[in-house]
Amino acid sequence: MSEKPPRAGRRRAAPVLEVDGLSKSYGTRIALREVSFSARSGELLAVLGPNGAGKTTLLSILAGISRPDAGEVKRSDGAAGWVPQEAGLYHRLTVEENLRLFARMERVGDVEATVDRMLEQTGLEERRHDQIASLSGGNQQRINIALGLLGEPAVLLLYEPSSGLDASQRIRLWQFVSGLAKGGTTVIYSTHQIEEASHYGDRLVVLADGETIFDGSFAELRRAAGPRPKGSADDPESDFVRFLRRKGH
Amino acid sequence: MRWLLLKDLQLLRRSPLVTGLLVVYPIVLAVLIGLAISRSPDRPKVAFLNEIPPGESLSLGSDEGFSQQEAYRQLCGKIECVSASSREEVEDKVRDGEVLGGLIIPDDFLDTLEAQLSTTGTEPATVDVIVNQDDPLKAQLVDDRIRALLTQANLQLSQRITEVAAEYERILSNGGEFEIPFLGQTVQILGLANAERILDTLAADAPSPERQELERIRDFAHLARENLALADNFLASVRQPIAVEKDVIAGDIPPLDTFAVAVAAAVTLLFVTVLLVSGSLALEREENTFTRLTRGLVSRTGLLVEKAALGTAAALVVTLLLLAAITPFESIEWGRIHLIVPAILLAGAASSALGLAIGAAAREVRASALLAFALALPIAFVSLIPSGTIGEGLYDVIRVVAGAFPFRPALDALSGALAESGPGLGLPFLHLALLTAGYMILARIALRRFA
Repeated sequence: MSEKPPRAGRRRAAPVLEVDGLSKSYGTRIALREVSFSARSGELLAVLGPNGAGKTTLLSILAGISRPDAGEVKRSDGAAGWVPQEAGLYHRLTVEENLRLFARMERVGDVEATVDRMLEQTGLEERRHDQIASLSGGNQQRINIALGLLGEPAVLLLYEPSSGLDASQRIRLWQFVSGLAKGGTTVIYSTHQIEEASHYGDRLVVLADGETIFDGSFAELRRAAGPRPKGSADDPESDFVRFLRRKGH
Repeated sequence: MRWLLLKDLQLLRRSPLVTGLLVVYPIVLAVLIGLAISRSPDRPKVAFLNEIPPGESLSLGSDEGFSQQEAYRQLCGKIECVSASSREEVEDKVRDGEVLGGLIIPDDFLDTLEAQLSTTGTEPATVDVIVNQDDPLKAQLVDDRIRALLTQANLQLSQRITEVAAEYERILSNGGEFEIPFLGQTVQILGLANAERILDTLAADAPSPERQELERIRDFAHLARENLALADNFLASVRQPIAVEKDVIAGDIPPLDTFAVAVAAAVTLLFVTVLLVSGSLALEREENTFTRLTRGLVSRTGLLVEKAALGTAAALVVTLLLLAAITPFESIEWGRIHLIVPAILLAGAASSALGLAIGAAAREVRASALLAFALALPIAFVSLIPSGTIGEGLYDVIRVVAGAFPFRPALDALSGALAESGPGLGLPFLHLALLTAGYMILARIALRRFA
């Protein structure tokens, strides 16, 4: 897998999201400790880290589902779109009915036009009258993401979007997400898949024990991981594990 | 919120089997419960074998003895007598469940009874009762019924005997013809009044010492006659020692049929609403839509209100359908619709709030359905236990438990709304409103750990 250079021009754009000193504890357990970063328009930002690192807590705060104990989140352009890991859809309703219901609840201007646009964007026009229960996991995830996009948010938050999908579904999903980013939507997603993050992430934010231990491109992370030992595999996962060990995790 | 409501209705339309069962099952259950509690067997079937030879009757020393035909007519007016020709046939009918019990009058019944009444016998006349003990409830029912009938028969018999005794007393006092019981001989009785008169005449002509003795005897006869006159009143009171005068001091009661309709409506309403609302709320979590909805699209309280509105609307529709379906069989006072609708709405709101608390606590559709059944069914049953049928302490506990759930106040509200003679509506309405608020608060608290 080839390293992808940062997209020209994006780094120079003004940030659409700024995270400043976020902290969150659950009882005595610290989930986040002064996490700060920013994201620019059209950026694909992957949040990585071992289990319990604080990825879910961070995205929950960004989505407005939970509140931080300290710190703040600044968005330049309205609320962020949010896509849960498990598709939050009514399985007995059709694709179109789900989109229409949430478009109405989002109070979008032209509901029918928005539904048509989402169907076109997801490539599911022909399945508009099918119940969600009859769709594959990949197509359900596309509708799941489409619901997050109904309000035309500047920032889209995705929880482990490719979880549970097969290889071809994952490729189609990332093509779809990359298309959104190309259209100017900032996409922030949490993932365990370092290979996906290295391939589809412009930037990686690595969390461990609630702290930010890395913020940069995959090429920078690979450099930070140090030289690859002789005989070890040339893959992003080995680089990531080496990086974590080097950081004491 | 209206879009969510429409969505829920759309989901119900997409699940016709579940929706149908949700409506049909409680209605069938409710009608059965209503009929069961209002239609106890008026005339239980009892196999009857009379072994007394035909034509024999009980003589009480006058023309008014007990004839077999008369006794049979009275008995079989209270129970449905199924004639049997032998003791074995009676036992077979009881064992097969064809009849609730068996009653056998032995051939020596009248002889034993007559002997007892004439003080020549010491054994009481007995009848044989046969019950099937494999069902203790049924056995108890039959036992109670037959005991009640025999108590009634004993009472009638004692009434007849006191009437005869009163007749004896009148003959003893005033004189006249008297037929000696069981011998058939007629004798002329002088009577105390006549004796007194004769003694009076004799005393007037008798010399002084004898006159004094005659006057003493006359005075005794006079005293005896006066006391016998008092005995007349005493015997009259023995005929009916306890008179019943009923004063209702609490509990306005509707007619039994209306009460049965109210039970059916309350059971249907409770089940439909609790199951629908708890399942609908739990479904939002199972479909992972709860977090999406409550992340700015609708508040958690707003979601609860929407589900409560769904349940209340369903309660109104289903209960009115049930009442309409019952109308051909039971008289429903549709002129009281202005009271019936608020009663249903309040009962629906309280049941919905209970459903919300269940759904929020259970968090899964199956668990919420199970919990809804596990709670609603026993609550409905214990709420129907009347006072006085169980211990006072236990009844108080049941009253408190039943009061914490919407079934009892819903039943009172529906009974009061359906019939003018039913309970007042103020308290049940207030009770339902308080329960609605209480369960809404509980549901809202439970939603904190819902997502």
